[in-house]
Amino acid sequence: MKHAYTWAAILLMVTASVTGDVLLSKAMKQVGDVGDLWKSHGIFRVIGSVLRHPLFALGIAAMAIAFFALLFGLSWGDVSLIAPASASLTFVGNMIAAKLFLQERVDRRRCIAVGFVACGVVLLAF
Amino acid sequence: MTFRKYLVLVGVAVFGSVGDSLLSRGMKDIGTISLTHLQSLVVALANGWVLGGIVLLIGFFAAYMTALSWADLTYVLPATSIGYVIIALIAKFVLHEQVTTARWIGILLITSGVGFVAGGPALTPLPDDSASDPRKEHEPELASLRGHS
Repeated sequence: MKHAYTWAAILLMVTASVTGDVLLSKAMKQVGDVGDLWKSHGIFRVIGSVLRHPLFALGIAAMAIAFFALLFGLSWGDVSLIAPASASLTFVGNMIAAKLFLQERVDRRRCIAVGFVACGVVLLAF
Repeated sequence: MTFRKYLVLVGVAVFGSVGDSLLSRGMKDIGTISLTHLQSLVVALANGWVLGGIVLLIGFFAAYMTALSWADLTYVLPATSIGYVIIALIAKFVLHEQVTTARWIGILLITSGVGFVAGGPALTPLPDDSASDPRKEHEPELASLRGHS
């Protein structure tokens, strides 16, 4: 049962983390290039427009859920399982979500890169 | 990609990994925090290592948001995963931890992944229909924002 709780926490963490990353990415694309906006409007207006964006608030909320799911997962399972499993699944989940919801062109180069990084993260646990 | 944009990606990797390392060092001083004694978290905020870690993680978040404003999510995440390598090197050479062969292979794989993605474009072209372009959806708002300058 403890094993099932651990994997439930990992899945919740991955889902919330991917949701947060997609929402934050979408919010920042809509705000525009921060470097250009900083030059033309100043840093405070850029910070204000980011903080006022509704998707930014939702993204932060999703990240908070991921953080608490990680805390609960760590109270039930080993960090050597939870950290690499959640990190590598988040990489793969982000690639799928970016293709579906952000319409990013995920070509073979990016698929290989994500696969290498996800496998590498798993190996870091040993 | 300009030199400044590469610096932002380096900032994401370095601030995130060094910030995590500082938090880890600080929390070793604080000890285990149980869910029934959450007030220990307030005590942790007075620790210099933890404070330094929080400052760097704020820097990480600012750099991450900046990178997402001009690059794809599927570019930023693998490109900045070099931070895992930085953590392993800090563990080996600063904290004098044992780094196993499997970890070195993992580091090699991550570095290869970063090399793969860094050689490609940061922002892929969007589909032809501008209706699905998130940057076009809010064009009126952004135009009014630009008008304030």
